[in-house]
Amino acid sequence: MLPESDKTAPSPAVTAGEDAGRRRGPWKRVFEGLIASPTAMISAGLLMLIVVATLLAPVYAKYVSGTDPFRSGLSARIKIDGKPTPVMQQSTEGLGLGVTPIGPTWGPQYLLGADGQGRDVAARMLYGGRNSLLIAGAATLICLFWAAIIGIAAGYSGGVVDGVLSNLIDMIWAFPVYLLAISLSIVMIGKSFALGPFEISSGSLIVPILIIGLVYVPYVARPIRGRVMAINQSEFVMAARGLGIRRWKILLRHILPNVSTTLIVFAPMLMALNIVTESSLSFLSVGVQPPNASWGTILQDGQTLLYSRPWVSLAPGFAIMVTVLLLNLFGDVLRDVLDPKSARGR
Amino acid sequence: MLAAILSRLLRMVVVMFGISVITFLIFFATPSSDPAARIAGRNAAQETIEAVRKDFGLDRPLYVQYGLMMQRLFISQDLTSFANRGQKIIPTVMAAAPATLSLVSGAAVLWMLGGIVTGITAAAFRGRWPDKLLMGISMMAVAMPVFWVGEMVNLVTQNRLHDTWAFSWVPALGYTPFSENPGLWFRSMVFPWLTLAFLYIGFYGRMLRTGIIETYQEDFIRTARAKGLTGRKVLLKHATRSAIIPIVIMFGMDFGVLVGGAAVLTEVVFGINGVGRLTYQALKVLDLPMIMATVLYASFFVVIANAVVDLLCLLIDPRMRRA
Repeated sequence: MLPESDKTAPSPAVTAGEDAGRRRGPWKRVFEGLIASPTAMISAGLLMLIVVATLLAPVYAKYVSGTDPFRSGLSARIKIDGKPTPVMQQSTEGLGLGVTPIGPTWGPQYLLGADGQGRDVAARMLYGGRNSLLIAGAATLICLFWAAIIGIAAGYSGGVVDGVLSNLIDMIWAFPVYLLAISLSIVMIGKSFALGPFEISSGSLIVPILIIGLVYVPYVARPIRGRVMAINQSEFVMAARGLGIRRWKILLRHILPNVSTTLIVFAPMLMALNIVTESSLSFLSVGVQPPNASWGTILQDGQTLLYSRPWVSLAPGFAIMVTVLLLNLFGDVLRDVLDPKSARGR
Repeated sequence: MLAAILSRLLRMVVVMFGISVITFLIFFATPSSDPAARIAGRNAAQETIEAVRKDFGLDRPLYVQYGLMMQRLFISQDLTSFANRGQKIIPTVMAAAPATLSLVSGAAVLWMLGGIVTGITAAAFRGRWPDKLLMGISMMAVAMPVFWVGEMVNLVTQNRLHDTWAFSWVPALGYTPFSENPGLWFRSMVFPWLTLAFLYIGFYGRMLRTGIIETYQEDFIRTARAKGLTGRKVLLKHATRSAIIPIVIMFGMDFGVLVGGAAVLTEVVFGINGVGRLTYQALKVLDLPMIMATVLYASFFVVIANAVVDLLCLLIDPRMRRA
């Protein structure tokens, strides 16, 4: 699912324009590159806007919609054109049995309608977006951290350590990501468990964060390993070694800075992938657990209402699509800036 | 050559063994709860749990448990589900496989064709509007969760428009085996194929375009140009041919993963009774033996598919034989 990761393993700072880069400092050059790109600036700005909007969820719930998005509102009534209207409406189709939640009112209350439990979808979208972004972001950091450790350990030490680690990576790679996540969540969801000194309850957001963070580790660790091995063979590292500089110093001064750019390039793409993964797992009911909301759980809520109240499914889908699109657009520019070699090919 | 083939096959067996150990450990050695209670399913009686414990040898050392489990899965093949009493696991998985295979192979044909055409067209028109349009669509395809695309397709084809001339030919959701009614099989699979293929056309199109453009920097392309080949010949016969190898490798991997059950989301949304949906249903009732079997089946399929791709590459590219 990460087809470009293995192939276009970016090779930034080493090859980056040596002369210009040296004088201005590599990070400043990257920053300037991003500023100069309208795509990067617009997508970053819109992403910020999405983050701020989700952070304002409580404000929206309190002052605009005035509904509690976590309590079911099966018997609630709202005023439309001055007339009190029940949120759960008696079905008018077929036998008239059962109730259908109210559709989009396009007003402050129930802007996008209600879900199967009579909760305000618009307010849940904001709260859910918060969780989706939090899970995707935290999982990205966990994934990059472990991928860096495993990739560097395998690539830098070589020998037996490399043999064991890369075989392990290959094995985990062979599990379809969703099935691995399903297996992990089955043993983690349903019962609280201890992670070191911490007690993690089964409904905690930490469970999906850990699962999503860990399943993609091989996809990042593999290119990192290759990258470390390439840098290790490069002339400047050989020279450093020839000068008698210690191994750990070479690791800190030469390997790490070069790998860090690769990690940064992965970050937005991974975050985009994690958002989609979260929604898929929640859709299969092994991600975020109720009563917590996320874009994925709203999609799951909307599944049974697809034909009668499509907005419950449409809204989170659009939110995911836009966020992922923005992250990928930003990620493309970031890669081109960090890796001028790949930019040439574009 | 023979040594290379044998070593690749040996690697495949080693990886399969490792995968079976990892899967076993996930289900049996995670410290959170009692595996016997988990296998017996929700609200199982204490006697059932004890019976399971004895049956699976869960009071014995881990390696014995592992041996017993593998024996039940692969040799005697008599592992049964506890959620649906008496349902044999292996035959159930095998019975679900054809539906998944129909879904994935049909989609695979579409996405390979679509991806290659998209990639070549975009590369040929690099920087101009067809390139921008195709890459824009590809980016959208990759950004949408596949099950959501499926839902949107259903919303259009199964809802109000279903009774109009446009979509009245689409049967209700579900799967009809090819052997029962080929026409119905085809009509019911068209939209699942398109949905699944859409995502991968996005991936492959983007990847092939990048590959072709990168290949244009290579010396042999300059040589081909210098000896006076037409632009089209350089693009199709030289650049594309070399850029397509990673796509083929990728294809083997994705095909294996999807047949193995990664098509679960598409299957659930379109109500296709394949291996993925089997996992999904097992998930709903927490049918552990079933989930373990489908996960193992899936990852073995991936490993085998990868090995086949590698062996094909050995045949195609002599440079790889030395490695």
